Amino acid sequence: MKLEDKKRVLREMVLHRRFEERCYQAYIERKIGGFLHLYPGQEACCNGVMEAARPGHDYVITGYRDHIHAIKCGADPKAVMAELYGKETGCSKGRGGSMHIFDVAHRFMGGYALVGGPFPLAAGIAKGIQLKGGDEISICFLGDAANNQGVFHETLNMAALWKLPVLFVCENNQYGIGTSIDRSTAVLDQYKRVCGYGIESAQCDGQDVEVVHEHAVKAVEYVRSRKGPYFLELMTYRYRGHSMSDSRGYRTREEEEQWKQRDPINILRDRLIEASVISMDEFTAIEKETDAYIENEVIKFAEESPEPNVADLEKYVLA
Amino acid sequence: MAEIMYWEALQRAHDEEMAHDPLVICMGEDIGVAGGTYKATKGLYEKYGPLRVMDTPISEGGYTGLGIGASFLGIRPIIEIMSVNFAWLAMDQMFNSAAKVRYMSGGQLTSPSVFRAAGGAAHQLGAQHSARMEKVFMGIAGLRVVTPSSPRQAYGLLKSAVRSDDPVFINEHELMYNMKGEVPDEEYFHPLEGSEISRSGNDVTLFGYNISVHWCLRAAEILDKQYGISAEVVDLYALAPLDRAGIKKSVCKTHRAVIAEEDEAPVGVGSEVIAILNEECFFELDAAPVRVHSALVPQPYNHKLEKAAIPDHEDVVNAVLKMFGKA
Repeated sequence: MKLEDKKRVLREMVLHRRFEERCYQAYIERKIGGFLHLYPGQEACCNGVMEAARPGHDYVITGYRDHIHAIKCGADPKAVMAELYGKETGCSKGRGGSMHIFDVAHRFMGGYALVGGPFPLAAGIAKGIQLKGGDEISICFLGDAANNQGVFHETLNMAALWKLPVLFVCENNQYGIGTSIDRSTAVLDQYKRVCGYGIESAQCDGQDVEVVHEHAVKAVEYVRSRKGPYFLELMTYRYRGHSMSDSRGYRTREEEEQWKQRDPINILRDRLIEASVISMDEFTAIEKETDAYIENEVIKFAEESPEPNVADLEKYVLA
Repeated sequence: MAEIMYWEALQRAHDEEMAHDPLVICMGEDIGVAGGTYKATKGLYEKYGPLRVMDTPISEGGYTGLGIGASFLGIRPIIEIMSVNFAWLAMDQMFNSAAKVRYMSGGQLTSPSVFRAAGGAAHQLGAQHSARMEKVFMGIAGLRVVTPSSPRQAYGLLKSAVRSDDPVFINEHELMYNMKGEVPDEEYFHPLEGSEISRSGNDVTLFGYNISVHWCLRAAEILDKQYGISAEVVDLYALAPLDRAGIKKSVCKTHRAVIAEEDEAPVGVGSEVIAILNEECFFELDAAPVRVHSALVPQPYNHKLEKAAIPDHEDVVNAVLKMFGKA
């Protein structure tokens, strides 16, 4: 990554962190309903991979922890927040909610709430790319627990068999809802599970955005040159619970603190300060600007937007 | 007008649609090199190649989801599920992805996918190869369900399904692939909604779909010749959405209704039709509507037990006679 890109990515990661923390607050205020799965702690994953790919050009699909992936692809944070508020101006017109963020114009093909469900859809998008031509790739972000679904294995088999241009990104945050990976999964290294399908794979630190980026460049290049699918495992951690109803009784606060010592934003920030790219004051200013933007534009837009018209209840069921 | 078989009608629809649009593909188990279990895709692999005629692994959930994912990019996949019993494995993708994606994306994404599956009881296939599942599919918002009773409908419904921007489930029947019937020589698109009057009558309406239309037609003939009862036969080829207006119209004319289905009765097509009659024309009814249906058992293997479990035209005749106080 070039220096100016690193600075931009730092700024984006701050937006991603603050956006999610503001969602937390809005949920407590009962402005956001339903289930809410937040991303703080995992920012280096989405950012590192998408900096190596082409946001808005490559197709991206993911699970229910999807707000930041949508924004990184180009979705307007205002439209994402309005969706969380259930408003007509939301990116899914208030019909989707937190777990179903869509922005097809930016090729963000959606968040899906069935664990593992996006695997075959991602392969199908890759099949569509293969049939239509073009140099896009299909990128599927999912957590480690999704790999225990049957469709994971069915999809890997087909993706390898047909050399589909799909990049699987496993954000291994160590927990499937409230069950730690060592209590649910026989093989802890997820990148090893795909070897049985002859799929290229790698594992790396998911807290350091530059490390993620470095690995993702290789993975994206491999897939874009039509050599076949690729599986990239990023070792990461979510600070908050699985969803808002999760009090995290299944893990220790010491473990959480240990991971926070390697916070993805702090790692990049400290490195850029050390290289004199930015100062601490400048960073603090970025945080303040971000908060002001979220409050004065994003939240304001969501608050002031209209709700969907009840007369349109059955709109969008059939074409 | 040529007489061709049901499978030939499906094959012709596949071929025409694939020739018309390079984004139409077909996929499923054994549909390519092997030519398809029921021959519906015969010769297509040779003509269109492996990229468009995809022999899939035996992974129903996986390949159905893959087809749906491709449809998000405007590909029009015709996904064959060899036996509808295996569709249980694919339902997560059909229901949670294909049927819901348009709504939950606020109209941004749609899945123009077609799912074809052979259903119904054939000959002694046992419990896990004889299911009838149309009632499960017809209750899902965002999914169209059609079920052809003739080669003409098989041809025209598949062609319309491929052109539709909605996901369409086509419920075929294992015993009907060799059935012969007239299909227009010119290109023909059958509407995906509505119903057809297969035989006009005045005294009672017999509702059927797919194979049960044929029981109803046979029963109507017997009722006419032996008992002087004039039965109207309505073919409910579209199960979702059901033709509420057509159902009402026929019963307002005959004032009596029998619904014949191969499915078991609970939560079935019959219950739905009776609910519609109740809502739309209760005071037009001269008798309580009756369902003719399978026994609520997993399909038995033994021939006699199997026959006892599934209804046929005689059961339809008996239901009508009972309704008229003649049995």
